[in-house]
Amino acid sequence: MSEQKLQSQTVQTTGHAWDGDLQEYNNPLPAWWVYTFYVTVVFAIVYWTIYPSWPIGKGWIGGASNITYVNSAGETKTHSWNTRALLVKDLNEAAAAQKPYFDKVSSMSYEQIAKDPEMNGFIISAGKSLFADNCAACHQSGGQGVVGFFPNLTDDDWLYGGSFDKIHETLLGGRRGYMPTFSEVLSGEQIDQLANYVASLSGIGHDATKASAGNVLFHTDTAACFYCHAVDAKGRKDIGAPNLTDNIWLWANVPAAQGDAGKVAAIRGVISGGLNKGVMPAWAGRLSTEQIKVLTVYVHELGGGQ
Amino acid sequence: MQTGLEDQLGLYQKRIPIFTRSVKGRFRRFKTSVLVLAYAMYFLLPWIPWARLDAPAQALLFDLPGRQFLIFGLTVYPQNIIWLAFLLIIAAILLFFVTGLVGRAFCGYFCFQTVWTDFFIWIEKSIQGERPTRVRLFRQPWDREKIIKVGSTHALWLLVSFWTGLSFVAYFTYAPQLVLDFFSGRAADAAYITTGLLTLTTYVAAGLMREQVCTYICPYGRFQSVMYEPQTLAVHYDAKRGENVHGRAAVRAGRGIVTERRHDRAEGGISAERRLINLTTGARALAERHEKGLGDCIDCGLCVQVCPAGIDIREGLQYRCISCGLCIDACNTIMDSFGFPRGLIRYDSESNLAAATRTPPRLHWLGLKTLGYGAALILMSGLLAYSISSQDSFDRAVSQIRQPLYVVLSNNDIRNRYQVRITNKAAQEQTYFISATDIPADALDLGGFSEISIKPGHSGLVQVSVHLPPALASKTERFNLVITPKGKPAEARSESVHFDSPNRRP
Repeated sequence: MSEQKLQSQTVQTTGHAWDGDLQEYNNPLPAWWVYTFYVTVVFAIVYWTIYPSWPIGKGWIGGASNITYVNSAGETKTHSWNTRALLVKDLNEAAAAQKPYFDKVSSMSYEQIAKDPEMNGFIISAGKSLFADNCAACHQSGGQGVVGFFPNLTDDDWLYGGSFDKIHETLLGGRRGYMPTFSEVLSGEQIDQLANYVASLSGIGHDATKASAGNVLFHTDTAACFYCHAVDAKGRKDIGAPNLTDNIWLWANVPAAQGDAGKVAAIRGVISGGLNKGVMPAWAGRLSTEQIKVLTVYVHELGGGQ
Repeated sequence: MQTGLEDQLGLYQKRIPIFTRSVKGRFRRFKTSVLVLAYAMYFLLPWIPWARLDAPAQALLFDLPGRQFLIFGLTVYPQNIIWLAFLLIIAAILLFFVTGLVGRAFCGYFCFQTVWTDFFIWIEKSIQGERPTRVRLFRQPWDREKIIKVGSTHALWLLVSFWTGLSFVAYFTYAPQLVLDFFSGRAADAAYITTGLLTLTTYVAAGLMREQVCTYICPYGRFQSVMYEPQTLAVHYDAKRGENVHGRAAVRAGRGIVTERRHDRAEGGISAERRLINLTTGARALAERHEKGLGDCIDCGLCVQVCPAGIDIREGLQYRCISCGLCIDACNTIMDSFGFPRGLIRYDSESNLAAATRTPPRLHWLGLKTLGYGAALILMSGLLAYSISSQDSFDRAVSQIRQPLYVVLSNNDIRNRYQVRITNKAAQEQTYFISATDIPADALDLGGFSEISIKPGHSGLVQVSVHLPPALASKTERFNLVITPKGKPAEARSESVHFDSPNRRP
């Protein structure tokens, strides 16, 4: 204790004395702190001169540092340093780096692109980010779609055809899937019969009597399903009518339904309610020609291309 | 607690300049040859040409943007990072091994701080003269002579530092192009920054700080101390012989010995007969000293004057000693000139110096630690050599596409897809085939790529799709993808991959 007292008596004073012996302690900041503070002051001044700093009226002091870039139109632009210009510069540089590849894409045929190892690598990486930005919201990131809403792009079944040209056409112009509401023209029993017939086409357990009645309804003008789904029920790709004989389901969630009765009920729901939600937007105008071409090959290479 | 304790010793100690005297001898010769060899390697390696197909013709090139290290005929890719680990382990073990045997040999002879400082001192000596001249120059005011001599010394140091920095950068880019670009202002920013930084650090560390780097900054010097054994050979002053009972004493003229030596000089060269006489004179003088209880050390102080760390080895083994052996050379020179036996300062072990009966200093190989480090050294070097010599000519990575894990096709078949990335590590373009075992031949679909051709150092990506009928799919959990370089079936490598199906979720 006494040593501590001794120490406290050795603390500096400001040197002034009032009323004879009244003194003021002086505890100066540590030298390292003071000098660090001076360094920060100098740093701030240097920073002001290099980077945008003081607001003046509606503008600001731009600073000595500039960002120069060449934009997509080939014009050289110079801005005082700011993060937005930095982003634009990076975007333009990235676009310039990708340009040779996109140029190559537009000059090559689909088949050539798909067979060229280097371009194939580019399609896989560039297509993946394009797909993720524009398509994955509906078709999911891997292109697997959602049963009842969005078609699966990775299987071997296509509503409108899976060739390069058909995929390109779909991307450019979009698609609109439609099926009338049959509850307005058919009785509940007739719809049940049709549902059993459709179930029979893909080997799902069904009522044979109802199915044979459904067969008649399907192929006559009563229900007239064959207009769109064709006489063999394999659908018509020119109007996007699906094949009913395979195991791929888009609208009726048959794979997830429990038991044969449940699967038939799922089919019945689609026949009775019809469909007016199969809308794919047109991408012409939203994406560039090269981007659509990249996406065409990418979707083709997802596994289902024909 | 005591007051004022902090006043006793400041944390900062001003550097006392060291002016080393140059010396001749075995250790000086060894240090000079290491210096010449190290400088030749460091400064010339980036300039050795080496013809390559699609890379710059430079024997040693650390191509960072290309993600490859070109080391003569060997190309090292990031996948070989394990070799760096091996190399670092080998370097560490080698340091432990050598330190246990002969002390801080790395510090004294091979450390770049020592080598560069040595060269900088040589420059200083060449311009400013031997130690007494340099001390005089240091003390005299800044006149014309001092400005010219000290200025040109520093200029030359900066020049060497600059070339050191530029040579370092030359390891990372094509050297002739770098030098052209550098002086025409077209080199990369990184080249200027690195060269500038290394110029500055070399100049400061080897020119200005010198032994302070070893004493205050370098951790290696400190932790090597704990690897010393009593049997470890280190630079020691034989205190028992040097001090005897009454300590050191200068040799004074008139005792026969100095006059004798002068006499020899006058004759011009020492003949064999003369040297014999000289030795016997020396022996007589020694016996006289021993009778009086004086040690063999004549307290000439030469061992202190030659020391680049500025220490007195006669105070015993100390942490500042980098064991460069120059004091041994200095002492031996003096002992020779007086006809005293050599080795008053020598490589010896603490245990031997403390023993009642001395034995000639020798290496102690047979310690458990030494043998263990030796074994580890051989093992790791063998592993590295094996790993380099047995590396595959290509790298492959198979990743299953997990979105979706599987696809049910219209005929109920199950399809899985994989991305196969092949990296060609060979020196020439190579074509690869992909095949599969454990599944039917028609289950494999390679799209457009029944074979893929990849340039050296490049990667190629192939999308593989495999479809199996449901019955087979539920039984197949794994199968093998085989990648075969065309014409080299022996180098085929297979990768076991997983197959997912709806009935058997992972």
